[in-house]
Amino acid sequence: MNRSYLFVPGNNPSMIQNADVFGADAVIFDLEDSVHVNEKDNARSLVRDYLATHPVLPKKIVIRMNAMNTPFYEADLNHLLSDRIDAILLPKARRDDIVLLTNIMKQICSKKRLIKPINIIALVDLASSLLEVESIVAIDGVEGVLFGAEDFASDMEIKRSETGEEIFYPRARIACACKAYGIEAIDTPYTDVLNDEGLIQDAQKAQGLGMTGKAAIHPRQIEAIHTVFSPSKDQILWARKVLQALKEAKDKGLGVFSLDGKMIDKPIIERAKTIIHKAHIYGSVTHDE
Amino acid sequence: MMNNSLGRKVSHPKPPFSGSESYRDKQRTRIPTKSQNAQPQFVTSLDRAFDLLHIRDHMTLSFHHHLRSGDFLINQVAELLIQKGISAIHLAPSSIFPQYLLGPLIDKGIVHHLYTSYLNGPLSQQIRSQKLKGDLIMQTHGGRARAIESGELQIDVAFLSCPVVDRQGNGSGAFGKSACGTLGYALSDMYYAKKVVLVTDTIVDRLDRFQFEGRYVDMVVQVPSIGDPKGIVSGTTRITRDPIGLKIATQTARILDHLGVIKEGFSMQTGAGGTSLATADQIRQLMLTQQVRGSFASGGITRHYVDMLKQGLFSKLYDVQCFDLQAVESYHQNENHIGISASKYGNPFEDHPIVNDLDVVILGATEIDIDFNVNVTTDSFGNIIGGSGGHADTAYGAKITVITSPLARARIPLIKEHVRTITTPGENIDILVTERGIAINPRRADLIDKLAGSPFNIRPIKDLMDLQHQISGIPHEILDGNHPVGYVEYRDGTIIDTLYCSR
Repeated sequence: MNRSYLFVPGNNPSMIQNADVFGADAVIFDLEDSVHVNEKDNARSLVRDYLATHPVLPKKIVIRMNAMNTPFYEADLNHLLSDRIDAILLPKARRDDIVLLTNIMKQICSKKRLIKPINIIALVDLASSLLEVESIVAIDGVEGVLFGAEDFASDMEIKRSETGEEIFYPRARIACACKAYGIEAIDTPYTDVLNDEGLIQDAQKAQGLGMTGKAAIHPRQIEAIHTVFSPSKDQILWARKVLQALKEAKDKGLGVFSLDGKMIDKPIIERAKTIIHKAHIYGSVTHDE
Repeated sequence: MMNNSLGRKVSHPKPPFSGSESYRDKQRTRIPTKSQNAQPQFVTSLDRAFDLLHIRDHMTLSFHHHLRSGDFLINQVAELLIQKGISAIHLAPSSIFPQYLLGPLIDKGIVHHLYTSYLNGPLSQQIRSQKLKGDLIMQTHGGRARAIESGELQIDVAFLSCPVVDRQGNGSGAFGKSACGTLGYALSDMYYAKKVVLVTDTIVDRLDRFQFEGRYVDMVVQVPSIGDPKGIVSGTTRITRDPIGLKIATQTARILDHLGVIKEGFSMQTGAGGTSLATADQIRQLMLTQQVRGSFASGGITRHYVDMLKQGLFSKLYDVQCFDLQAVESYHQNENHIGISASKYGNPFEDHPIVNDLDVVILGATEIDIDFNVNVTTDSFGNIIGGSGGHADTAYGAKITVITSPLARARIPLIKEHVRTITTPGENIDILVTERGIAINPRRADLIDKLAGSPFNIRPIKDLMDLQHQISGIPHEILDGNHPVGYVEYRDGTIIDTLYCSR
């Protein structure tokens, strides 16, 4: 359960060496869009050396490789697959690409004798990818889907808007598919890095549709993302009341019970447990107490 | 040669530093102020002023730095000293910027002792190469005022740039083509120098508000221009957009909020660097959210503090130096934007210096050591790159002193076992905020208690040092030579550290 995924350009040493500083749940070292074609080899070396030598690393490490239809992807995988990384983010992800990528990764990991499993996050940024999302999430080793709204809008030849109506459908479809397979649905980054209010509203929309986290393109976005994707104080209080009422009902031998005049059934209890679980993971309980 | 209380060798006749409270055992001493019946003489060239004032060998000449890197005066005086063959001069500019062309004076042996609160630029190399015949004495802003009033630093002639002067010899920096705002660093010079010369490019009939009082002024020199307005105001007073700086600023504001500092009537000071301004901005937002109104902000003032004054977030600004045009304009127009002298600001012997009323000051550091001693005088190579300014004054006075800095700059770690040069003693530093953790001075058990169980990443300062060493390695120490070339004078006039020649 990762709320924030911070993109860090793979060819920027000062940003790479500080990747752990900002408290992002995950950091995506980018070898793709933010790295010029002449810098690809440099970026690979920088990220690889950083991961091999830096004493303090981010909590979760993701590498955004170049797409499978580019001449760069094999070198990306050969250089970067290691026990230091947690996942590979595949851009322009199509079902067949992911299957191929899974096989290639298996071979390289075996050759390198890697111990740690490395998962795949599918970057869905094409209409064709969206139509395959239900089969993408079913592939073993896919741990999440990241929605890329800018490329998606470009592919669809539609304009992006501040309110984001045009991405309601892909967000909802990705969130639903990911939920069905219990994996992470990661929302597109909000590109206006100085607009804090806009970021919060955008993140709330994504969260309201079932997205579980959001990508960030600037460290200052992380805190707002964490706030939106963490249980609120009110939610934690409510969940505690539900679980306390559950305990009291069990003590009294009651099968069903009510709280504040409302019947509490299994889905509500599960929801309360999820909220408390997330609150513990994100440290919200300690903070709020 | 003896050691001071921080273990630093002192070979200067001045007493060694023995603690920031030691001044309390001493009496304030003040030489008489100069004659208050001066009738200013108006002349039209510095050359003529030199002749009339009989500027000669062994004199001490002082300057202020309110025109910053746009100052024309000090270079013109330097040229005249060379032209007229004067030697064995002592100079006491309140600060020295790279644009001040004092190098030839040092090369030619014209300048012997040099007194200042801040030095940046090529002079550092000359001084470290032992080109200065006498000593460099690095003072604090408050300490310079103390040294002047006590007669330790006796000024023969104070050459004071002044943007506007009236026919009675009163002077102001509030307006004019070279407006620089308050003239606070120069007021001690005006009161205690044997001769006071105002140098201006604008003369008006009468000033209603002024800082330089005509009754202390001996001479007014009118010149075509006293400075370049582009260099007078700093172009760097912007809130940082660097993510590391922003993180440090956010953490600083939050820890102060957690400590209950940001409350009705509180007072603060920050520097004018990007991270300091970001911290001030974060505090501004907290003040707005919590509907808190502070009593005052002080120090070098920027437009950010001017905005806070206008928003009613502070009742007053106490200003020794305006950093930008908005601050100059505010000082001119707003009666709650008050110019103060360096003495009123930080002289330890003032009855009630402003720094003593500060609830919090947020400062920078070039180096800090595991005893929390701070260096803002030299870099890690020993080059002189700054000086205390008001660092040691505010650190002493404020109830909480926070140092904000990244753990490393250009791969050089911030935290050392021992700083190369002590500018401000660790006993006056309370909190260090970096991007990878916060250290609290063990002397502040009260702060440690208040922060116990808080969500902040608080770690021993040595842990932070070790962490950075893991990241960037332990740099090789670059050793100084053995010959002292200067001294860092604490605000009470004791020697807190020695500056050495390069190897």
